[in-house]
Amino acid sequence: MSPTSRLVFAASAGIVASLACAGLAQAAQKTILLGMQCDRTGPTEIVGTSLCPGIHDYIALVNSKGGVDGWKIRADEIDTEYKVPPAVEEYERAKEQGAVGIMIYGTPQTEALNAKLEVDHIPGTSPGFGIAASSDGKYYPYLFPIAATYWSQAAAAVKFAKDQLGGSLKGKKIAYIYFDNPAGREPLPILNALKRREGFQLRDFAVPPPGVDVSAQVLAITQSYHPDFVISHTFGKSPSLVIKGLKENGYPLTHVVGLVWASGEPDIKAAGGWGAAQGYNTMQFAGAGENYPVIREIKAMYKKEGKAPPAAMKNTVYYNRGILQAATFVAAIRNALKLTHGQKPTSVDVRKGFEMIRHFALGGIVPPLTITASDHEGGGWVQIFRVEGKGLKKLTPWFRAYRKVVVAKAERTAQEMAAK
Amino acid sequence: MFGSETGVFKTSYAADMALYPLPVARRTMAFLALFFLFAVPLLFSVYAVTILNLVLIAVVGALGLNILVGYTGQVSVGHAAFMSVGAYTAANLIARLHAPFWIAIPAGGGMAALVGAFFGIPSLRIKGLYLAIATLAAQFIIEWTINHVTWISGGVDASIQVSPPVVFGMALETQRQLYFFLLFFAALAVTATLNLVRSRVGRALVAVRDQDIAAEIIGINTFRYKLAAFAISSFYAGVAGVLYTYYLGIANYEQFGISVSIDYLAMIIIGGLGSVLGSIFGAAFITILPEATRLFLKHFGGMFLSHGAILNLIPNIRLILFGSLIIFFLIVEPEGLNRLWRNIRNYFRIWPFTT
Repeated sequence: MSPTSRLVFAASAGIVASLACAGLAQAAQKTILLGMQCDRTGPTEIVGTSLCPGIHDYIALVNSKGGVDGWKIRADEIDTEYKVPPAVEEYERAKEQGAVGIMIYGTPQTEALNAKLEVDHIPGTSPGFGIAASSDGKYYPYLFPIAATYWSQAAAAVKFAKDQLGGSLKGKKIAYIYFDNPAGREPLPILNALKRREGFQLRDFAVPPPGVDVSAQVLAITQSYHPDFVISHTFGKSPSLVIKGLKENGYPLTHVVGLVWASGEPDIKAAGGWGAAQGYNTMQFAGAGENYPVIREIKAMYKKEGKAPPAAMKNTVYYNRGILQAATFVAAIRNALKLTHGQKPTSVDVRKGFEMIRHFALGGIVPPLTITASDHEGGGWVQIFRVEGKGLKKLTPWFRAYRKVVVAKAERTAQEMAAK
Repeated sequence: MFGSETGVFKTSYAADMALYPLPVARRTMAFLALFFLFAVPLLFSVYAVTILNLVLIAVVGALGLNILVGYTGQVSVGHAAFMSVGAYTAANLIARLHAPFWIAIPAGGGMAALVGAFFGIPSLRIKGLYLAIATLAAQFIIEWTINHVTWISGGVDASIQVSPPVVFGMALETQRQLYFFLLFFAALAVTATLNLVRSRVGRALVAVRDQDIAAEIIGINTFRYKLAAFAISSFYAGVAGVLYTYYLGIANYEQFGISVSIDYLAMIIIGGLGSVLGSIFGAAFITILPEATRLFLKHFGGMFLSHGAILNLIPNIRLILFGSLIIFFLIVEPEGLNRLWRNIRNYFRIWPFTT
């Protein structure tokens, strides 16, 4: 055998050995397992690298206080690179290990797992993305958006534009710039419905994937369409390019609102920093900033352990969304434990636990979530934060808009999907 | 030694042309068949079976690409797009007409073959990198079309849910049930390819690869065989796309991006161009490697780093490791894992007289 062949043989033996070790999963007592999918690499890594630490830190905080009624929570994370097959793999593994719920990340992943969740009776969360119609719990019993869907976000954006433009949208022009994929197109039906209702003009500008160049769309908006308001629904690299482009072309950023995935600190930094993005409006489904009791508790927890809090905490928008997702799951587990009188809850109990959440606020970092059997969205609340000075400043309280239009659309779509 | 070749005599042409002329090879195949049919589903965890299912699908896709790139020498970076053609054809048939799998799979493959043959037309005039760019166009055109034509993609979400395949009245819902289904098609694809490459068509393809002008002079219609290679390759891709759709329970065009095409190219290059076994090795390697590195880092990374740091590092180290391993294997054995396996096999073939 040549030396190289021997090396290869040794390397493969090592890998096999490590796989064998992995098989011996650690079975701790009184642990409730959650599946957790992240995107720390891949197209939306700026989200995953901050959101996932938020989830882990909140769970660590709960565990450091003795867990939920004595039950420790363990979130088993996997990086999916925003691909569907790893998400399915993770789901199968989590199911096998007895996970009572799955934190999904990504719209295609949510669509792929939806049917499986229903078959296996495991609740999954898809905050701020996923299937907009799944806010209707009657048709999507195991999927919990737990935050404003794209339809609620679009409705809120129109309401915000209306307020900013003096209370009426009659004859006004709104530009909708979006990432040209299914998630990007999802708000369009709501925007079109509201266009007729409020009497504004609407033109949409698609940014083709991978969304690294938006100059043509920005020029069309600023040089030929001249809208009164711009709604930006972009992901990954493109939100910062939209901010930058509009700013360079002299469009007032106070008349631009980014939906929830165009609203993080990394987007603003990539657009040229706080100074360059002054006035840009960001939509949030979890509170931005650090001024919340739960953040102070996490900082204290780190201090007690003699460690510095993670750098991810500075990206408050995504970090806090991680807290929202973890905290809602913990609240559901707490409710489930009430149902089981302290016995280990099943995934079905946790689903019931979700539907028992009422006016959950967690010191303001979470909107007043009320999740019921028919409303898995929790109300569809958002908040607008504006870039002011060196941070995001709260501009509006939690609000929602055109609720009837959104709920009716969700129900109609869910019915159509069910009919298929 | 276990695989002695002495004393194996053939008395008929049929015996000489058998797929596995040596008794040891037939015994190995029987062992592998028993292993995959009984040992795997009985002993492996559901999670391992889930990953194995992905490998089986990748094997079908990689075989297809190897027929085109490895055997015929036509570079294609649009393989994933042809998979999406198969996936959406089948998904539409299943969702709208409730087509059973034995219609959906050939239909998906057939449609992909048609589209593939169409995009293969430029191969008559252009070669090498130029052809690669032409197939890149196929990748983008197909992706765009599926994204925007709602009649194909089934609405705004561009995702179509499909019901699980029903075999003999049983719906294959779990990964274990799906395993047998996928194993059958992977085995079928392997057998078909093994026989294809030693047939007249297969030899014609190799002739086109080695020197297409010479091939034309000896009477091979290069245009026809190039198109046939594109069609056959895309047929495999289409079938892989349908299997993928059954596996995920959903057809979604975002799963068939350019990076997947590159992954498949990586599979056949690492496995070995122009080799059936190489396609299998490559598909297994590229599919299992991310998972293996993840498990490895999860269990041994803790010795050096804190838990939080690991979580952030795993995905990145995995990508670095992935890239370095590919380079490592290409330098150690440019002809792929298949050659590496042959070297090992040849060593034992004449053992103990190996130098």
